[in-house]
Amino acid sequence: MNTLGRRLAAFVATLALAGPAYADGPVLAVPKPWQLGMQAPGSPVAEKLQSLNDFVSVIIIVITAFVAVLLAWVVFRYRASRNPVASTVSHNSILEAAWTAIPVLILVAIFIPSLRLVYYEDRTHDADLTVKVTGHQWYWEYTYPDAGGLHFDSYMVNDEDLKTDEQKKLRHLLVDNQLVLPVGKNVRILTTSVDVIHSFFVPSLGVQRYAIPGRTIETWVRVNKPGDYYGECNQICGMNHSVMPISVHAVSTADFQAWLAQQKAKGSTAGLIAPTHFALASEH
Amino acid sequence: MSASNPLLADTDHAHGEHHHHEPTFAQRWLFSTNHKDIGTLYLIFAVIGGLTGGLLSIIMRAQLLHPHGTIVSNGQEWNTIVTAHGLLMIFFSVMPALIGGFGNWFIPLMIGAPDMAFPRLNNISFWLLVPAFILIVTGLLMGESGSGWTLYPPLSNATYETGPGMDFTLFSLHLAGISSLLGAMNFITTIFNMRAPGMTLHKMPLFIWAMLVTAFLLVLSLPVLAGAITMLICDRNFGTAFFDPAAGGDPVLWQHLFWFFGHPEVYIMILPGFGIISHVISTFSRKPVFGYLGMAYAMVAIGVVGFVVWAHHMYVSGISVDTRAYFMTATMVIAVPTGIKIFSWIATMWGGSIRMEVPMLWAVGFIFLFTVGGVTGVVLANASVDQVLHNTYYVVAHFHYVLSLGAVFSIFAGWYYWIGKMSGRQYPEFWGRVHFWMTFIGVNLTFFPMHFLGAAGMPRRYPDYPDAFAGWNFVASIGSFIGGAATLVFLYVAYRTFTSGERVGDNYWGEGATTLEWTVSSPPPFHTFEELPQIR
Repeated sequence: MNTLGRRLAAFVATLALAGPAYADGPVLAVPKPWQLGMQAPGSPVAEKLQSLNDFVSVIIIVITAFVAVLLAWVVFRYRASRNPVASTVSHNSILEAAWTAIPVLILVAIFIPSLRLVYYEDRTHDADLTVKVTGHQWYWEYTYPDAGGLHFDSYMVNDEDLKTDEQKKLRHLLVDNQLVLPVGKNVRILTTSVDVIHSFFVPSLGVQRYAIPGRTIETWVRVNKPGDYYGECNQICGMNHSVMPISVHAVSTADFQAWLAQQKAKGSTAGLIAPTHFALASEH
Repeated sequence: MSASNPLLADTDHAHGEHHHHEPTFAQRWLFSTNHKDIGTLYLIFAVIGGLTGGLLSIIMRAQLLHPHGTIVSNGQEWNTIVTAHGLLMIFFSVMPALIGGFGNWFIPLMIGAPDMAFPRLNNISFWLLVPAFILIVTGLLMGESGSGWTLYPPLSNATYETGPGMDFTLFSLHLAGISSLLGAMNFITTIFNMRAPGMTLHKMPLFIWAMLVTAFLLVLSLPVLAGAITMLICDRNFGTAFFDPAAGGDPVLWQHLFWFFGHPEVYIMILPGFGIISHVISTFSRKPVFGYLGMAYAMVAIGVVGFVVWAHHMYVSGISVDTRAYFMTATMVIAVPTGIKIFSWIATMWGGSIRMEVPMLWAVGFIFLFTVGGVTGVVLANASVDQVLHNTYYVVAHFHYVLSLGAVFSIFAGWYYWIGKMSGRQYPEFWGRVHFWMTFIGVNLTFFPMHFLGAAGMPRRYPDYPDAFAGWNFVASIGSFIGGAATLVFLYVAYRTFTSGERVGDNYWGEGATTLEWTVSSPPPFHTFEELPQIR
């Protein structure tokens, strides 16, 4: 049983890490064809989340296999041709207590690490940077209140504008203006919307929160390595729900500062917003 | 026949030969107050609802067969199909089949009652569903109800769904809700007051326990849905702003109200199936159900706890971290009574004398597939992990495993188990097996790869997707076509049963079948139990 458990753990770990390991160079966090498990984790939250998922997946695979084997064996062993006279046993207190108590123990084993993770995922108390994410039908708007209210819109790149093969592989994921974040910094993310509910979802970073009009919801991320991380709107938001992807471009702190300065100088895609815009309806 | 039935002491069942009058077609089918006829109407209705919803799912899978699908012309049309598929399958197929169909047919027969407590209420409860169906199909054809079955505002309010199609859909749910509410009141009254002498609560068949818990869930949850829908209709048409943040309302309030109904609703769809599966397993193992009281109270526990877990659908809606911690705890608790049921079914088979006839195939298939859907539910219960699985195809896989493969398998188990009783004719064994295996392969091919798609991050309700998701989507679509073909096999099975099925006696399953419906003829006479059976 022990070796079986270990083999299953290894198997599930392979599933979970089906994406390539990024040893060097910038990360490209996208789903892969025929992928079985989650995308490679790109943040501390995603790492912890996936290790919990691996642990729970092992448990559920073992339970499912146990039930399947038991069912198959019972159907085979007690088939009418082999066992013409049925027993009349319909109670067994020890057995019934066992299949109540053992699942409780398994659930407690899952619950304890999971509860700790729920609180860890919630928010960062010492944010280095705040980014406000606003959902629109059908694009995202990113605002940097710490950088004088720098803000810009992020649209999907249409299929006909995809030029290279590399770009075509990322159809429905590439955007014109990425959300730029510094690596290794605690980033507070505030989500809201100006029309319907959207969901800001970047699986490889372990981030997801609804963007709800009239509310501001807080979560956080710390990107481990430079690279590009992709996600998509994950709450039905009207006819173009599937064409408002999310792309995070993570860079070193120095590059991030340079990018901020460049954006401020440009002024065409970025502009200053009125302070009231940001102060609207902060519920959370 | 009573000799083979340990529940029965001394019953004369040679009744029903004399009909008081011969009703005309309209009298019998339009004005029916007979529980068996109304049950039949419900079953026919459920087949029509299921075929309509199933057709929509085939259209969706055809669209998703490859990236760049062009079957559905635009996103709004797609969203409307998604919405209608969900609502049709829930309110117009699974519920009418399990609750209206098998509930009406077998509650009176299994408790030894001549009919339901309120026969006329029973009639209106069915006939409210017909206009409800017309309204929802109108909403679908107008292409104006693209909010998903959860109907979240602001997307479902008048600013973003401007046309009356959305109102048709909402009114449809009102009618379907009233229909179910009336049916549930009728069931509760019947079960509490009309059991045969000697049938105490702790001697009731498990299907009756299941229907009793289901009826209570309906009575407690549907009024909340009705309130929420009324508020949304007012927001859309009369200038109120319950859910509009611009005027002091709150979109998240809708989510709380909707899921306070919506979560018990999923147990409403599965509990009757639990009841059916218990009877089928017991009959074909020739053994009484293992741990009867544990089985009955597990369903009660699932019903009670099912009411306090609703916000696990809202982990990323910005509810506070302590709220998430609570709802995660409560949700995981449900796994315990569910586990008790799975293991008790297997223990019922243990030591039995098992015949793998078609109803048993579906029942064993149910246990395995419901286990798969159940364990992924444990994964999703974790608010921590749900942060990247919420709204992905992992969730789609999970709820189709418990509903499309759970509830639907229990419906077919019930159909093959009772069709001889209801029609007097037996299904063709070979085609029944073909139907099972095609469905089993088809639905697993369709829904298992969705776990992979969801883990990789594919969002639900997408008419087109990044190319990396193409492989598993192709497999899922092929699976759905096999499942669709299996539905045609089912129609053929039904046709063969009614036209050339072998005629069967009172208890065609033999000694394992011990409940009261097996003491009356097949089909039962128009009026049953004119003389009440006595339960030892």
